[in-house]
Amino acid sequence: MNLSRKWLNEFVDLPLDEYGDKAFAEAITVSGSKVEVTEDLSKTIRNVKVGRILSLEKHPDSDHMLVAQIDAGGEKPVQICTGAWNVHEGDLVPAALDGALLPNGVEIRAGQLRGVESSGMLCSLKELDANVHDFPYGEIVAAALLNDYHAIDPKKPSLPAGLRGGEKLFGSVVAAEVEKVENAGVNRWRIALAGGAETLTNCQNIHAGDLVAYDTAKDHICTLADLHAEQKEFPHCIPDGILILHEDCKPGDDMGVLLGRDDHVVEFEITPNRPDCLCVIGLAREAAVTFGKELKLHEPVVEAKAGGSITEMAKIVIEDAALCPRYTARMVKNVKIAPSPAWMRERIRNAGMRPINNLVDITNYVMLEYGQPMHAFDFSCVKDGEIHVRTAREGESIRTLDGTDRPLSPSMLCICDTEKPVAVAGVMGGENSEIVGDTAMVLFESACFNGPSVRRTATALGMRTDASSRFEKGLDAEGTLRAVNRACELVELLGAGEVVEGVIDVFPGKKPQTTLKLEPEKVNALLGTEIDEATMRRILLELGFGLEGDTILVPSWRGDVEHYSDIAEEVARFYGYNEIPTRFTGSISTAGGYTPLQRFERRIGELCRSMGLDEIITYSFISPSFYDKIRWPQDDPRRDSLKILNPLGEDTSIMRTTILPSMLEILSRNYNYRNKQAALYEIGRIYLKRPDGLANEPKVVSLGAYGPEMSFFTLKGWVEALLEDLGAARPHFEAEKNNPSYHPGRCARVFVNGLEIGVFGQIHPQVAANYGVDAELYCAELSFDALLSVRAGVPVFRPLPRFPSTSRDIAVVCDREIPVGEMVETILAAGGEYLKDCKPFDVYTGSHVAEGKKSVAFSLTMRSDDQTLTDEHAEETVTRVLTALASRFNAGLR
Amino acid sequence: MKELLQQLREAALKAILNADDAELEALRVRYLGKKGELTAILRQMGKLSAEERPAMGQLANQLRAEIEKAIDERRGELQKILLERKLERETLDVTLPGEKPKLGHKHPMYNVLDQIKDIFIGMGFEIVDGTEVELADYNFTKLNIDEGHPSREWTDTFYFTEDSRVLLRTQTSGMQIHAMETRKLPIRIIAPGRVYRKDEVDATHSPMFHQIEGMVIDKGVTMSDLKATLNLVVEKIYGEGTVTRFRPHHFPFTEPSCEMDIQCHKCGGKGCPTCKGEGWIEVLGAGMVHPKVLQGCGIDPDEYSGWAFGMGLERLAMGEYKINDLRLIFENDVRFLEQF
Repeated sequence: MNLSRKWLNEFVDLPLDEYGDKAFAEAITVSGSKVEVTEDLSKTIRNVKVGRILSLEKHPDSDHMLVAQIDAGGEKPVQICTGAWNVHEGDLVPAALDGALLPNGVEIRAGQLRGVESSGMLCSLKELDANVHDFPYGEIVAAALLNDYHAIDPKKPSLPAGLRGGEKLFGSVVAAEVEKVENAGVNRWRIALAGGAETLTNCQNIHAGDLVAYDTAKDHICTLADLHAEQKEFPHCIPDGILILHEDCKPGDDMGVLLGRDDHVVEFEITPNRPDCLCVIGLAREAAVTFGKELKLHEPVVEAKAGGSITEMAKIVIEDAALCPRYTARMVKNVKIAPSPAWMRERIRNAGMRPINNLVDITNYVMLEYGQPMHAFDFSCVKDGEIHVRTAREGESIRTLDGTDRPLSPSMLCICDTEKPVAVAGVMGGENSEIVGDTAMVLFESACFNGPSVRRTATALGMRTDASSRFEKGLDAEGTLRAVNRACELVELLGAGEVVEGVIDVFPGKKPQTTLKLEPEKVNALLGTEIDEATMRRILLELGFGLEGDTILVPSWRGDVEHYSDIAEEVARFYGYNEIPTRFTGSISTAGGYTPLQRFERRIGELCRSMGLDEIITYSFISPSFYDKIRWPQDDPRRDSLKILNPLGEDTSIMRTTILPSMLEILSRNYNYRNKQAALYEIGRIYLKRPDGLANEPKVVSLGAYGPEMSFFTLKGWVEALLEDLGAARPHFEAEKNNPSYHPGRCARVFVNGLEIGVFGQIHPQVAANYGVDAELYCAELSFDALLSVRAGVPVFRPLPRFPSTSRDIAVVCDREIPVGEMVETILAAGGEYLKDCKPFDVYTGSHVAEGKKSVAFSLTMRSDDQTLTDEHAEETVTRVLTALASRFNAGLR
Repeated sequence: MKELLQQLREAALKAILNADDAELEALRVRYLGKKGELTAILRQMGKLSAEERPAMGQLANQLRAEIEKAIDERRGELQKILLERKLERETLDVTLPGEKPKLGHKHPMYNVLDQIKDIFIGMGFEIVDGTEVELADYNFTKLNIDEGHPSREWTDTFYFTEDSRVLLRTQTSGMQIHAMETRKLPIRIIAPGRVYRKDEVDATHSPMFHQIEGMVIDKGVTMSDLKATLNLVVEKIYGEGTVTRFRPHHFPFTEPSCEMDIQCHKCGGKGCPTCKGEGWIEVLGAGMVHPKVLQGCGIDPDEYSGWAFGMGLERLAMGEYKINDLRLIFENDVRFLEQF
């Protein structure tokens, strides 16, 4: 919402020099209307004055430039060169003088143009950041001046060289020399032609001495279009030029003021519960209470002197009262479409909208002032004079004012005549009932529509308009009548037509007034304040609430107030949020702290980082095709994922049931960024369908890495270190050949006490290739819950060994397929009380070892807890180990 | 004999003074060994008178001690020289780079999250966790967000069921309801977590992001408490003396509602590009838990009251580390991760 401070001043006396931008913004922001930014429009234009053209001469060194003497209000005239041909002696024009700043940011300096002094620049509409909607008379029509003719092909000119006045061109068109040009009104010129003929034209680029094409039959001076000529044939006869002012102004007046730029525009962020603040009066009310000023409201007065009565001319039927609680209409006859006056155009422009014409501008003006969107129908286009407010019928469509054909669906509320929709309710009017130049009768609509319905319709049609964005927040149904009266008052003020007696007001959705009890102690208890009742009453009254004893009458425009806590907010806003004391009034009766589970999660993160892994955060949703990328079979039950019905795209359309693709995506991204190595971890969730439609969301510890230092055993070391730190019992590893995502010979499942913790290994090269990586990728997926359940409690101190340990190395030969891990487990199980550790340190195949066999060397560490280990004990231990290896694996000493 | 001893002393001490390690041992043998010169002289003791013998014996012992000491000293000296030479040989260019162990890094956003968790833990809060696949009841209805509210639209929220019953939570505020329904009073919790909204990815938007919800329910809790607690928290995050302001705002589940701003640290409130000229930077939304919400969770609003707040984690982390593009957070480029 953009608020013009000048417009605001009409309702609250807050002069700019007393209430500067910063002070105004700060105060009104902390009372609840947040200011985003304030723009001082006067700073966008400087030293551009109204000038009168005293004389015009041809530039001595240019075939198209003119030298003008300008009275810009100074003691002496100013000389300015211009290339525009639409100026005449006596015109009032915008003159940017030396040092001027234009709204487009261009600075103007005095200088020379082809050797002639030019102390500024005359401005076009564009240079003033305006268009013909801002200055409707600023449209420029150019005659085809034959003296500006440039043949496209010099060998085949369309006009003979040395053409003179009186020569026939074609049909009834002759060349004619202009003898005299006289102004005959706004954009009207009386042209005296050589030979005595006189004609009127709206072409502005004609001067005495020019040669024009004159259609004697039509009494008309030809434009390029009339001659079917191309622009490049008449390069200077362009429909552009200097803005000729027809305002109430005189030389020396400031153009900034004339453009309405002597204003500051405040942009507000209005929260959706306060649609009443989406207008000047709503914000004025807030400002009045904020600054302790009087709110000066005005009740519209309509004379309605035209004959007839609206009730005899029109009929309004609301067929769906739930979607349209109220429809109010008035009628205007003998409409005279014209530009609206400067003050209205200025306000509309400063509020961020574009002026169109008086009728349209009035509807927009009322919307900006009262917050009530309005629509004006050309009543002659409303068949049978009946308005039916109903939802669209199957197959109906409408061409809206923006020229687009829009199919309508039966959920969309429309304004229809007896036959067809003439507007999409609350969104946009139809082209079939648009106000045009010859519109004679207008029906003003001021209605209240259901917010969500308007929002859905606007969204479905892809057009959010100024009207729909207001309606969708739910407008005050009580405000329609005042708004339509204000529009009619403006029609009479502008002389835009004659208002017909009477109003049609269909109001099926009238709501009873909300009442609340004033309970000052409850308000203070919620706020932690000691605000006295009188202050509360004052604030409420100033905001437009009524008070009858202890009963608060909530004004109709405050649909958001329905509870004592809302009253507390109203009071607090104007008492000042920042005046509420800052102190602890409640008791602090909770101990707080991390739960063991949260500490465990933190610990896992710490461990991962201590091993050099960086933490990542990945999206919880993936594409179903990612299951293909990790080579899950089509019938894998884990593919059964929660599916988002309205995803942003395929890649984020299902909730992951595995964390692997997320890790692979990040590894692949880093690889593609040419990062030499990456070692990553995430403690993330997977989402498993539950019969009730919700999900189990277990956490997974995901590890992933690639790089020169990575191998299967680096990864395994991480897994082992993690388990060791958690105090888990000795893990058991099993080769996993059937996991489709992993290398069949480099993948293991890990168990603790028979409970599966997870899987890890080298990613299948085909999977890596699917991610565009031609290097070895390593991943682990460990169940957070499983890790939690195998975690040991608080460690119990074990006395440090008092006696030295001794070690023996043994090497045995066995079948090549036997996993060393199983051998270690066997050794540890068989070794007896003195065997403290067993580490395999060499696996050998080749010469001196039989085909199909391997030699495995173990280092055995032995120690006794109560004496220095004797050789006998050591030998006994080794023998037990060898016996077990022989019987279990048929392994013999090498 | 005395002269002999004197000669031997001078010769031995002189030789020791310049001997190297090997010579030293040879000298010791030569003078002090069983067949050494001193022994040879002492053998002649028998020729002396009984009176002379003790004095000469004493003299000889003194000499032995003196030579031994000289040898030890010389040996010590030699060792010292040797050590010095060794150290010199071992000298390194200490300006060459060290061999750093590879350190792992916490994700910057979780750095900030952990910092905030610690602050609240220190104030007697607990941390609660909830599921992300959620019922519309908890994400909207029980939070006083009515059926027609725009945030419920399929253009804004991800849904799993045609009837809009199951969704991906769009805010952590549903955790307020879960906490009120399941926990004993009084309650002091924060609930950080992932939330989802239908926003295309760009420099400031992501369909998945993180929020931290906080809530206190107790007897006698007021807006004063809210301000006091959040002021304290913000001072811990942004530094002591951080200037704050509260301004009215709107959330369906709190009333009164507010947003909290901190004064721009760059310009001190004058207005600069960092604060978009406003002088203030918004940090969080908060308010008194709506009595209707309390009632809906079976808590008597006449007996208990509460306040709640919610803040976006990404924006906080981006502010803390001056990260200019949200996409970096979820891209997980190690060159990014290893900066924090």
